[in-house]
Amino acid sequence: MDENLRREIILDHYQNPKNKESVEDTRYQKINSNNESCIDNIDIYVLIEEGIIKDIKFQGEACAISTSSTSIMITNLIGKTIEEAKEYIQNFEAMVNEKEYNEELLKEGIVYNEIYKQSNRKTCALLPYIGIKKLIDQYETK
Amino acid sequence: MNREDFPMLNQDIIYFDNGATTLKPKCVIDKTVEYYEKYGASAHRGDYDIAYKVDQEYENTRELVRDFIHAKYLEEIIFTAGSTEGLNLIASGFFKNLLEENDEVLITKSEHASNVLPWFSLAKTNGVKIGYIPLDDNHYVTLENVKKAITSNTKVISLASITNVIGDIRPIKEITEYAHEHNIFVVLDAAQSIGHIKTDVQDLDIDFMSFSAHKMCGPTGVGVLYGKKELLENVEPLLLGGGMNESFDNEQEVYYKELPTRLEAGTPNIAGVIAFGEAIKYLQTIGMDKIADYEKNLRKYLVDKLIMIPHIDIVNLESDSGIVSFNVSGIFSQDVAYYLNKYNICVRAGSHCAKILKKEVGVTNTIRVSLYFYNTVEEVDTLVELLSDKDKILKEML
Repeated sequence: MDENLRREIILDHYQNPKNKESVEDTRYQKINSNNESCIDNIDIYVLIEEGIIKDIKFQGEACAISTSSTSIMITNLIGKTIEEAKEYIQNFEAMVNEKEYNEELLKEGIVYNEIYKQSNRKTCALLPYIGIKKLIDQYETK
Repeated sequence: MNREDFPMLNQDIIYFDNGATTLKPKCVIDKTVEYYEKYGASAHRGDYDIAYKVDQEYENTRELVRDFIHAKYLEEIIFTAGSTEGLNLIASGFFKNLLEENDEVLITKSEHASNVLPWFSLAKTNGVKIGYIPLDDNHYVTLENVKKAITSNTKVISLASITNVIGDIRPIKEITEYAHEHNIFVVLDAAQSIGHIKTDVQDLDIDFMSFSAHKMCGPTGVGVLYGKKELLENVEPLLLGGGMNESFDNEQEVYYKELPTRLEAGTPNIAGVIAFGEAIKYLQTIGMDKIADYEKNLRKYLVDKLIMIPHIDIVNLESDSGIVSFNVSGIFSQDVAYYLNKYNICVRAGSHCAKILKKEVGVTNTIRVSLYFYNTVEEVDTLVELLSDKDKILKEML
Protein backbone atom coordinates (compact mmCIF):
# COMPACT_ATOMS: atom_id res chain seq x y z
CA MET A 1 0.00 0.00 0.00
CA ASP A 2 1.22 3.48 -0.84
CA GLU A 3 2.56 5.10 2.33
CA ASN A 4 1.10 8.52 1.59
CA LEU A 5 -2.33 7.08 0.97
CA ARG A 6 -2.10 5.03 4.15
CA ARG A 7 -1.15 8.09 6.18
CA GLU A 8 -3.90 10.14 4.56
CA ILE A 9 -6.60 7.59 5.41
CA ILE A 10 -5.43 7.17 9.01
CA LEU A 11 -5.09 10.91 9.62
CA ASP A 12 -8.47 11.59 8.05
CA HIS A 13 -10.17 9.09 10.35
CA TYR A 14 -8.18 10.47 13.31
CA GLN A 15 -9.03 14.11 12.69
CA ASN A 16 -12.59 13.51 11.48
CA PRO A 17 -13.63 10.29 13.18
CA LYS A 18 -16.96 8.77 12.20
CA ASN A 19 -19.71 8.83 14.80
CA LYS A 20 -17.61 10.27 17.61
CA GLU A 21 -20.45 11.51 19.77
CA SER A 22 -22.07 10.68 23.06
CA VAL A 23 -25.26 8.66 23.18
CA GLU A 24 -28.26 9.15 25.44
CA ASP A 25 -30.50 6.65 23.60
CA THR A 26 -31.02 3.70 25.97
CA ARG A 27 -31.43 1.22 23.12
CA TYR A 28 -27.65 1.37 22.66
CA GLN A 29 -25.43 -1.04 24.57
CA LYS A 30 -22.37 0.66 26.04
CA ILE A 31 -18.95 -0.86 26.70
CA ASN A 32 -15.56 0.51 27.68
CA SER A 33 -12.45 -0.40 25.74
CA ASN A 34 -9.05 0.23 27.25
CA ASN A 35 -5.80 -1.56 27.65
CA GLU A 36 -3.32 -1.57 30.48
CA SER A 37 -0.24 -0.75 28.49
CA CYS A 38 -1.37 2.61 27.20
CA ILE A 39 -3.63 5.51 28.05
CA ASP A 40 -6.27 5.02 25.36
CA ASN A 41 -9.73 4.83 26.80
CA ILE A 42 -12.94 4.81 24.76
CA ASP A 43 -16.59 4.01 25.29
CA ILE A 44 -18.35 2.24 22.43
CA TYR A 45 -22.13 2.39 21.97
CA VAL A 46 -23.78 -0.20 19.73
CA LEU A 47 -27.34 -0.53 18.53
CA ILE A 48 -28.17 -4.09 17.46
CA GLU A 49 -31.65 -4.90 16.20
CA GLU A 50 -32.78 -8.27 14.90
CA GLY A 51 -29.23 -9.52 14.52
CA ILE A 52 -28.08 -6.50 12.55
CA ILE A 53 -25.67 -3.79 13.73
CA LYS A 54 -27.76 -0.71 13.05
CA ASP A 55 -25.38 1.86 14.50
CA ILE A 56 -22.12 2.33 16.44
CA LYS A 57 -20.87 5.48 18.11
CA PHE A 58 -17.90 6.15 20.39
CA GLN A 59 -16.48 8.63 22.88
CA GLY A 60 -13.20 9.06 24.68
CA GLU A 61 -9.54 9.91 24.37
CA ALA A 62 -7.23 7.80 22.29
CA CYS A 63 -4.18 8.02 20.05
CA ALA A 64 -4.24 8.41 16.27
CA ILE A 65 -4.07 4.67 15.61
CA SER A 66 -6.79 3.74 18.14
CA THR A 67 -9.08 6.57 17.08
CA SER A 68 -8.72 5.92 13.36
CA SER A 69 -9.05 2.18 13.87
CA THR A 70 -12.28 2.74 15.79
CA SER A 71 -13.61 5.06 13.10
CA ILE A 72 -12.77 2.58 10.33
CA MET A 73 -14.27 -0.29 12.29
CA ILE A 74 -17.48 1.67 12.77
CA THR A 75 -17.63 2.56 9.08
CA ASN A 76 -17.22 -1.08 8.10
CA LEU A 77 -19.47 -2.74 10.67
CA ILE A 78 -22.62 -0.65 10.46
CA GLY A 79 -25.25 -2.57 8.51
CA LYS A 80 -23.57 -5.94 8.98
CA THR A 81 -25.23 -8.96 10.56
CA ILE A 82 -23.63 -10.33 13.71
CA GLU A 83 -22.15 -13.20 11.69
CA GLU A 84 -20.69 -10.84 9.09
CA ALA A 85 -19.29 -8.62 11.84
CA LYS A 86 -17.61 -11.60 13.52
CA GLU A 87 -16.04 -12.57 10.21
CA TYR A 88 -14.75 -9.02 9.73
CA ILE A 89 -13.31 -8.89 13.23
CA GLN A 90 -11.66 -12.29 12.82
CA ASN A 91 -10.00 -11.18 9.59
CA PHE A 92 -8.87 -7.87 11.06
CA GLU A 93 -7.26 -9.59 14.03
CA ALA A 94 -5.62 -12.12 11.72
CA MET A 95 -4.10 -9.28 9.69
CA VAL A 96 -2.71 -7.49 12.75
CA ASN A 97 -1.30 -10.77 14.06
CA GLU A 98 0.35 -11.62 10.71
CA LYS A 99 -1.93 -14.53 9.87
CA GLU A 100 -3.88 -15.23 6.67
CA TYR A 101 -6.83 -12.94 6.04
CA ASN A 102 -9.23 -11.77 3.36
CA GLU A 103 -8.00 -8.40 2.19
CA GLU A 104 -11.14 -7.43 0.28
CA LEU A 105 -13.36 -7.94 3.27
CA LEU A 106 -11.44 -5.39 5.37
CA LYS A 107 -11.76 -2.43 2.96
CA GLU A 108 -9.99 0.59 4.53
CA GLY A 109 -9.09 -1.62 7.49
CA ILE A 110 -6.07 -2.81 5.52
CA VAL A 111 -4.26 0.44 6.33
CA TYR A 112 -3.01 -1.44 9.42
CA ASN A 113 -1.55 -4.34 7.43
CA GLU A 114 1.96 -3.34 8.45
CA ILE A 115 1.21 -2.35 12.03
CA TYR A 116 2.90 -5.57 13.21
CA LYS A 117 6.20 -3.83 12.45
CA GLN A 118 5.54 -1.56 15.43
CA SER A 119 4.59 -4.11 18.04
CA ASN A 120 3.80 -1.43 20.64
CA ARG A 121 1.05 -0.08 18.34
CA LYS A 122 -0.67 -3.38 17.59
CA THR A 123 -2.69 -2.97 20.75
CA CYS A 124 -3.77 0.50 19.56
CA ALA A 125 -5.21 -0.87 16.31
CA LEU A 126 -6.97 -3.64 18.22
CA LEU A 127 -8.37 -1.41 20.96
CA PRO A 128 -11.96 -0.96 19.70
CA TYR A 129 -12.22 -4.67 18.96
CA ILE A 130 -11.82 -5.52 22.65
CA GLY A 131 -15.10 -3.76 23.36
CA ILE A 132 -17.09 -4.74 20.30
CA LYS A 133 -16.28 -8.43 20.80
CA LYS A 134 -17.52 -8.29 24.38
CA LEU A 135 -20.73 -6.63 23.25
CA ILE A 136 -21.36 -9.21 20.55
CA ASP A 137 -20.71 -11.96 23.11
CA GLN A 138 -23.21 -10.37 25.47
CA TYR A 139 -25.78 -10.08 22.68
CA GLU A 140 -25.39 -13.72 21.71
CA THR A 141 -25.62 -15.08 25.25
CA LYS A 142 -28.76 -13.10 26.02
CA MET B 1 27.05 17.36 33.41
CA ASN B 2 28.69 14.07 34.52
CA ARG B 3 27.32 12.27 31.46
CA GLU B 4 30.36 10.03 31.23
CA ASP B 5 29.33 8.34 34.49
CA PHE B 6 26.16 6.86 32.95
CA PRO B 7 26.59 3.76 30.76
CA MET B 8 23.01 4.15 29.43
CA LEU B 9 24.07 7.38 27.77
CA ASN B 10 26.63 5.55 25.64
CA GLN B 11 23.78 4.64 23.36
CA ASP B 12 22.10 7.15 21.13
CA ILE B 13 19.21 8.19 23.38
CA ILE B 14 17.91 11.38 24.92
CA TYR B 15 16.44 10.43 28.25
CA PHE B 16 13.79 12.86 29.52
CA ASP B 17 11.80 10.52 31.77
CA ASN B 18 13.62 11.13 35.02
CA GLY B 19 10.37 11.64 36.91
CA ALA B 20 9.68 7.94 36.30
CA THR B 21 13.17 6.73 37.11
CA THR B 22 16.68 8.10 36.78
CA LEU B 23 19.60 6.45 35.05
CA LYS B 24 22.23 4.75 37.19
CA PRO B 25 25.88 5.78 37.31
CA LYS B 26 28.57 3.16 36.82
CA CYS B 27 29.56 3.24 40.51
CA VAL B 28 26.06 2.13 41.54
CA ILE B 29 26.00 -0.67 38.97
CA ASP B 30 29.50 -1.77 40.02
CA LYS B 31 28.53 -1.82 43.68
CA THR B 32 25.59 -4.13 42.91
CA VAL B 33 27.91 -6.51 41.11
CA GLU B 34 30.50 -6.22 43.88
CA TYR B 35 28.00 -7.50 46.43
CA TYR B 36 27.00 -10.51 44.33
CA GLU B 37 30.57 -11.32 43.34
CA LYS B 38 32.48 -10.69 46.55
CA TYR B 39 30.30 -10.96 49.68
CA GLY B 40 26.88 -12.18 48.55
CA ALA B 41 25.68 -13.47 51.92
CA SER B 42 22.57 -12.58 53.91
CA ALA B 43 22.40 -9.62 56.26
CA HIS B 44 22.08 -9.71 60.05
CA ARG B 45 22.36 -13.50 60.20
CA GLY B 46 25.83 -14.89 59.78
CA ASP B 47 28.87 -15.36 61.95
CA TYR B 48 31.42 -15.51 59.18
CA ASP B 49 33.57 -12.79 57.61
CA ILE B 50 31.62 -12.09 54.44
CA ALA B 51 28.34 -11.95 56.37
CA TYR B 52 29.95 -9.43 58.68
CA LYS B 53 31.01 -7.44 55.62
CA VAL B 54 27.39 -7.47 54.37
CA ASP B 55 26.17 -6.03 57.66
CA GLN B 56 28.79 -3.31 57.57
CA GLU B 57 27.88 -2.29 54.03
CA TYR B 58 24.13 -2.51 54.65
CA GLU B 59 24.24 -0.43 57.81
CA ASN B 60 26.66 1.98 56.19
CA THR B 61 23.91 2.88 53.73
CA ARG B 62 21.57 3.57 56.61
CA GLU B 63 24.09 6.04 58.00
CA LEU B 64 24.51 7.60 54.55
CA VAL B 65 20.74 8.06 54.29
CA ARG B 66 20.56 9.53 57.78
CA ASP B 67 23.21 12.04 56.88
CA PHE B 68 21.68 12.77 53.46
CA ILE B 69 18.27 13.72 54.88
CA HIS B 70 19.72 15.08 58.15
CA ALA B 71 17.76 12.73 60.38
CA LYS B 72 18.61 12.78 64.06
CA TYR B 73 18.76 9.04 64.73
CA LEU B 74 19.87 6.07 62.70
CA GLU B 75 16.81 4.05 63.73
CA GLU B 76 14.59 6.62 62.05
CA ILE B 77 15.68 5.18 58.70
CA ILE B 78 13.58 2.18 57.60
CA PHE B 79 14.42 0.45 54.33
CA THR B 80 11.40 -0.35 52.19
CA ALA B 81 10.81 -1.45 48.61
CA GLY B 82 10.06 2.14 47.54
CA SER B 83 7.96 5.25 48.14
CA THR B 84 4.71 3.36 47.69
CA GLU B 85 5.49 0.86 50.41
CA GLY B 86 6.51 3.57 52.85
CA LEU B 87 3.31 5.56 52.35
CA ASN B 88 1.19 2.43 52.72
CA LEU B 89 3.10 1.43 55.84
CA ILE B 90 2.37 4.67 57.64
CA ALA B 91 -1.24 4.86 56.48
CA SER B 92 -1.99 1.25 57.45
CA GLY B 93 0.54 0.68 60.24
CA PHE B 94 0.15 3.99 62.05
CA PHE B 95 -2.82 6.12 61.04
CA LYS B 96 -5.23 3.23 60.69
CA ASN B 97 -4.84 2.63 64.43
CA LEU B 98 -5.12 6.30 65.27
CA LEU B 99 -7.75 7.91 63.10
CA GLU B 100 -11.43 7.76 63.88
CA GLU B 101 -14.61 8.39 61.99
CA ASN B 102 -14.81 11.93 60.56
CA ASP B 103 -11.16 12.65 61.24
CA GLU B 104 -9.84 14.40 58.18
CA VAL B 105 -6.82 13.79 55.96
CA LEU B 106 -5.87 16.68 53.68
CA ILE B 107 -4.22 16.00 50.35
CA THR B 108 -4.36 17.81 46.97
CA LYS B 109 -5.68 16.91 43.54
CA SER B 110 -2.15 16.76 42.18
CA GLU B 111 -0.89 13.95 44.38
CA HIS B 112 0.45 10.71 42.95
CA ALA B 113 -1.73 7.59 43.34
CA SER B 114 0.58 6.39 46.14
CA ASN B 115 -0.36 9.39 48.23
CA VAL B 116 -4.06 9.09 47.42
CA LEU B 117 -5.13 5.45 47.48
CA PRO B 118 -3.73 4.53 50.95
CA TRP B 119 -5.84 7.39 52.37
CA PHE B 120 -8.90 6.40 50.32
CA SER B 121 -8.49 3.00 51.92
CA LEU B 122 -8.69 4.57 55.41
CA ALA B 123 -11.83 6.38 54.30
CA LYS B 124 -13.37 2.95 53.78
CA THR B 125 -12.03 1.20 56.87
CA ASN B 126 -12.07 4.03 59.41
CA GLY B 127 -14.66 6.42 58.01
CA VAL B 128 -11.92 9.03 57.59
CA LYS B 129 -12.82 12.05 55.44
CA ILE B 130 -10.53 13.11 52.59
CA GLY B 131 -10.20 16.85 52.07
CA TYR B 132 -8.41 18.68 49.28
CA ILE B 133 -6.24 21.74 49.73
CA PRO B 134 -7.25 24.01 46.84
CA LEU B 135 -4.51 24.73 44.29
CA ASP B 136 -3.92 28.29 43.14
CA ASP B 137 -3.96 29.48 39.51
CA ASN B 138 -0.53 27.96 38.89
CA HIS B 139 -1.73 24.69 40.49
CA TYR B 140 0.50 25.44 43.48
CA VAL B 141 -0.10 24.77 47.16
CA THR B 142 0.13 27.91 49.26
CA LEU B 143 0.23 28.23 53.02
CA GLU B 144 -2.85 30.45 52.81
CA ASN B 145 -4.83 27.71 51.10
CA VAL B 146 -3.62 25.15 53.62
CA LYS B 147 -4.88 27.39 56.43
CA LYS B 148 -8.23 27.72 54.67
CA ALA B 149 -8.58 23.98 54.13
CA ILE B 150 -7.83 22.96 57.72
CA THR B 151 -10.86 22.22 59.87
CA SER B 152 -11.16 21.20 63.50
CA ASN B 153 -11.27 17.58 62.27
CA THR B 154 -8.02 17.73 60.31
CA LYS B 155 -5.52 15.22 61.70
CA VAL B 156 -3.13 14.64 58.82
CA ILE B 157 -1.74 16.63 55.90
CA SER B 158 -0.06 14.42 53.33
CA LEU B 159 1.73 16.10 50.46
CA ALA B 160 4.34 15.55 47.83
CA SER B 161 7.27 17.92 48.30
CA ILE B 162 7.42 18.19 44.50
CA THR B 163 4.53 16.86 42.42
CA ASN B 164 5.16 14.67 39.42
CA VAL B 165 3.05 16.55 36.87
CA ILE B 166 3.10 20.19 38.01
CA GLY B 167 6.57 20.05 39.53
CA ASP B 168 5.88 22.75 42.08
CA ILE B 169 8.10 22.84 45.16
CA ARG B 170 5.75 23.08 48.12
CA PRO B 171 6.40 25.31 51.15
CA ILE B 172 6.63 22.29 53.43
CA LYS B 173 8.46 23.93 56.32
CA GLU B 174 5.82 26.65 56.69
CA ILE B 175 2.99 24.14 56.31
CA THR B 176 4.49 21.85 58.94
CA GLU B 177 4.98 24.68 61.38
CA TYR B 178 1.36 25.76 61.04
CA ALA B 179 0.08 22.16 61.10
CA HIS B 180 1.96 21.32 64.28
CA GLU B 181 0.51 24.37 66.00
CA HIS B 182 -2.84 22.72 65.33
CA ASN B 183 -1.76 19.20 66.32
CA ILE B 184 -1.83 17.93 62.76
CA PHE B 185 0.62 15.32 61.49
CA VAL B 186 2.50 16.03 58.25
CA VAL B 187 3.46 13.24 55.87
CA LEU B 188 5.80 13.93 52.98
CA ASP B 189 5.94 12.04 49.70
CA ALA B 190 9.48 12.95 48.70
CA ALA B 191 9.71 10.67 45.64
CA GLN B 192 10.07 13.56 43.18
CA SER B 193 12.17 15.84 45.35
CA ILE B 194 14.74 13.62 47.04
CA GLY B 195 17.17 13.43 44.12
CA HIS B 196 16.63 17.01 43.03
CA ILE B 197 16.71 19.35 46.02
CA LYS B 198 18.29 19.29 49.46
CA THR B 199 16.21 17.56 52.14
CA ASP B 200 16.53 18.30 55.84
CA VAL B 201 13.89 16.46 57.83
CA GLN B 202 14.76 18.22 61.07
CA ASP B 203 14.55 21.64 59.52
CA LEU B 204 11.25 20.75 57.81
CA ASP B 205 10.14 19.11 61.07
CA ILE B 206 8.00 16.61 59.17
CA ASP B 207 6.62 13.57 60.94
CA PHE B 208 7.00 10.94 58.21
CA MET B 209 8.63 10.90 54.81
CA SER B 210 8.86 8.28 52.09
CA PHE B 211 11.03 8.09 48.98
CA SER B 212 12.57 5.72 46.45
CA ALA B 213 16.22 5.10 45.63
CA HIS B 214 15.63 4.66 41.91
CA LYS B 215 14.58 8.26 41.41
CA MET B 216 17.95 9.42 42.78
CA CYS B 217 20.44 7.36 40.74
CA GLY B 218 19.99 4.31 42.96
CA PRO B 219 18.65 0.85 42.17
CA THR B 220 14.98 -0.09 41.79
CA GLY B 221 13.25 -1.95 44.61
CA VAL B 222 14.71 0.12 47.44
CA GLY B 223 13.15 2.96 49.34
CA VAL B 224 13.24 4.66 52.70
CA LEU B 225 10.59 5.47 55.22
CA TYR B 226 11.69 8.18 57.61
CA GLY B 227 9.71 8.87 60.75
CA LYS B 228 10.34 10.72 63.96
CA LYS B 229 11.58 8.10 66.40
CA GLU B 230 8.77 8.52 68.90
CA LEU B 231 6.22 8.07 66.12
CA LEU B 232 7.95 5.16 64.41
CA GLU B 233 7.94 3.36 67.77
CA ASN B 234 4.16 3.17 67.36
CA VAL B 235 4.09 1.97 63.77
CA GLU B 236 2.72 -1.54 63.66
CA PRO B 237 4.71 -3.77 61.31
CA LEU B 238 2.63 -4.94 58.37
CA LEU B 239 5.06 -7.70 57.55
CA LEU B 240 5.79 -10.25 60.25
CA GLY B 241 8.42 -12.92 60.01
CA GLY B 242 12.13 -13.46 59.97
CA GLY B 243 14.60 -10.83 61.09
CA MET B 244 12.05 -8.61 62.83
CA ASN B 245 11.24 -10.87 65.78
CA GLU B 246 13.20 -11.09 69.00
CA SER B 247 11.71 -14.37 70.16
CA PHE B 248 8.49 -16.36 70.13
CA ASP B 249 7.32 -19.52 71.86
CA ASN B 250 3.62 -19.51 71.24
CA GLU B 251 0.98 -17.03 70.06
CA GLN B 252 0.97 -15.33 73.45
CA GLU B 253 4.68 -14.82 73.70
CA VAL B 254 5.93 -12.97 70.66
CA TYR B 255 8.54 -10.28 70.99
CA TYR B 256 9.61 -7.98 68.22
CA LYS B 257 12.98 -6.32 67.80
CA GLU B 258 13.66 -2.64 68.22
CA LEU B 259 13.64 -0.10 65.39
CA PRO B 260 14.61 -0.16 62.60
CA THR B 261 14.73 -3.98 62.31
CA ARG B 262 11.18 -4.38 63.61
CA LEU B 263 9.88 -2.80 60.41
CA GLU B 264 12.19 -4.67 58.04
CA ALA B 265 10.90 -8.25 58.02
CA GLY B 266 12.34 -10.84 55.67
CA THR B 267 15.54 -10.84 53.69
CA PRO B 268 15.82 -7.32 52.33
CA ASN B 269 17.03 -6.14 48.93
CA ILE B 270 20.61 -6.31 50.19
CA ALA B 271 22.35 -5.61 46.88
CA GLY B 272 19.97 -2.72 46.27
CA VAL B 273 20.48 -1.14 49.69
CA ILE B 274 24.26 -1.43 49.46
CA ALA B 275 24.33 0.05 45.94
CA PHE B 276 21.97 2.80 47.12
CA GLY B 277 24.75 3.94 49.42
CA GLU B 278 26.93 4.57 46.39
CA ALA B 279 24.15 6.63 44.78
CA ILE B 280 23.98 8.87 47.85
CA LYS B 281 27.73 9.37 47.90
CA TYR B 282 27.63 10.10 44.19
CA LEU B 283 24.95 12.80 44.53
CA GLN B 284 26.71 14.32 47.53
CA THR B 285 29.93 14.58 45.57
CA ILE B 286 28.15 16.58 42.88
CA GLY B 287 26.21 18.57 45.48
CA MET B 288 22.44 18.85 45.78
CA ASP B 289 22.41 22.63 45.44
CA LYS B 290 24.38 22.38 42.23
CA ILE B 291 21.94 19.78 40.89
CA ALA B 292 18.93 21.93 41.79
CA ASP B 293 20.42 25.02 40.15
CA TYR B 294 21.38 23.15 37.02
CA GLU B 295 17.89 21.70 36.60
CA LYS B 296 16.20 25.01 37.25
CA ASN B 297 18.29 26.73 34.59
CA LEU B 298 17.81 23.96 32.05
CA ARG B 299 14.07 23.99 32.66
CA LYS B 300 13.93 27.72 32.11
CA TYR B 301 15.87 27.28 28.88
CA LEU B 302 13.37 24.63 27.71
CA VAL B 303 10.26 26.57 28.75
CA ASP B 304 11.51 29.79 27.14
CA LYS B 305 11.84 27.92 23.86
CA LEU B 306 8.56 26.00 24.12
CA ILE B 307 6.63 29.21 24.80
CA MET B 308 7.68 30.46 21.38
CA ILE B 309 5.99 27.52 19.63
CA PRO B 310 2.33 28.43 19.02
CA HIS B 311 0.98 24.87 18.95
CA ILE B 312 2.50 23.95 22.33
CA ASP B 313 0.33 24.37 25.44
CA ILE B 314 2.36 24.23 28.64
CA VAL B 315 0.43 23.08 31.71
CA ASN B 316 2.97 24.24 34.30
CA LEU B 317 4.59 27.43 33.07
CA GLU B 318 5.93 28.39 36.46
CA SER B 319 7.82 25.72 38.30
CA ASP B 320 11.18 25.44 39.99
CA SER B 321 11.76 21.76 39.45
CA GLY B 322 12.84 19.99 36.26
CA ILE B 323 9.33 18.95 35.21
CA VAL B 324 7.57 20.39 32.15
CA SER B 325 4.11 19.09 31.20
CA PHE B 326 2.60 20.13 27.90
CA ASN B 327 0.53 19.16 24.90
CA VAL B 328 0.79 19.70 21.16
CA SER B 329 -2.61 21.14 20.31
CA GLY B 330 -4.81 18.73 18.40
CA ILE B 331 -2.48 15.77 18.82
CA PHE B 332 -2.89 13.06 21.45
CA SER B 333 0.04 13.03 23.87
CA GLN B 334 0.87 9.41 23.21
CA ASP B 335 1.22 10.08 19.48
CA VAL B 336 3.75 12.80 20.23
CA ALA B 337 5.65 10.39 22.48
CA TYR B 338 5.70 7.81 19.66
CA TYR B 339 6.97 10.48 17.26
CA LEU B 340 9.78 11.51 19.62
CA ASN B 341 10.63 7.86 20.15
CA LYS B 342 11.48 7.62 16.47
CA TYR B 343 14.29 10.05 17.27
CA ASN B 344 15.29 8.04 20.37
CA ILE B 345 13.85 10.62 22.72
CA CYS B 346 12.27 9.15 25.84
CA VAL B 347 9.35 11.15 27.25
CA ARG B 348 6.27 10.10 29.14
CA ALA B 349 2.68 10.50 27.94
CA GLY B 350 -0.41 10.02 30.05
CA SER B 351 -1.92 11.09 33.33
CA HIS B 352 1.27 10.15 35.23
CA CYS B 353 -0.64 8.41 38.04
CA ALA B 354 -2.22 11.72 39.05
CA LYS B 355 -5.68 10.72 37.98
CA ILE B 356 -7.62 13.20 40.07
CA LEU B 357 -5.62 16.11 38.66
CA LYS B 358 -7.45 16.22 35.34
CA LYS B 359 -10.40 18.26 36.58
CA GLU B 360 -8.04 20.74 38.18
CA VAL B 361 -5.91 21.47 35.11
CA GLY B 362 -8.53 20.70 32.48
CA VAL B 363 -6.51 18.12 30.57
CA THR B 364 -6.44 14.38 31.14
CA ASN B 365 -3.19 13.50 29.46
CA THR B 366 0.06 15.36 28.88
CA ILE B 367 3.54 14.85 27.58
CA ARG B 368 5.99 15.14 30.44
CA VAL B 369 9.63 16.03 30.12
CA SER B 370 11.44 15.55 33.42
CA LEU B 371 15.03 16.72 33.47
CA TYR B 372 18.07 15.70 35.48
CA PHE B 373 21.61 16.96 35.77
CA TYR B 374 22.90 14.77 32.92
CA ASN B 375 20.52 16.35 30.42
CA THR B 376 22.02 19.06 28.26
CA VAL B 377 21.16 22.23 26.38
CA GLU B 378 21.89 20.36 23.15
CA GLU B 379 19.34 17.69 24.04
CA VAL B 380 16.75 20.35 24.77
CA ASP B 381 17.52 22.00 21.42
CA THR B 382 16.94 18.70 19.62
CA LEU B 383 13.61 18.24 21.38
CA VAL B 384 12.45 21.78 20.66
CA GLU B 385 13.38 21.52 17.02
CA LEU B 386 11.40 18.28 16.63
CA LEU B 387 8.38 19.80 18.36
CA SER B 388 8.43 23.05 16.42
CA ASP B 389 7.16 21.52 13.18
CA LYS B 390 3.59 20.32 13.67
CA ASP B 391 3.25 19.01 10.11
CA LYS B 392 6.30 16.87 10.66
CA ILE B 393 4.77 15.45 13.85
CA LEU B 394 1.51 14.66 12.04
CA LYS B 395 3.40 13.09 9.19
CA GLU B 396 5.74 10.96 11.24
CA MET B 397 3.77 10.05 14.36
CA LEU B 398 2.05 7.04 12.79
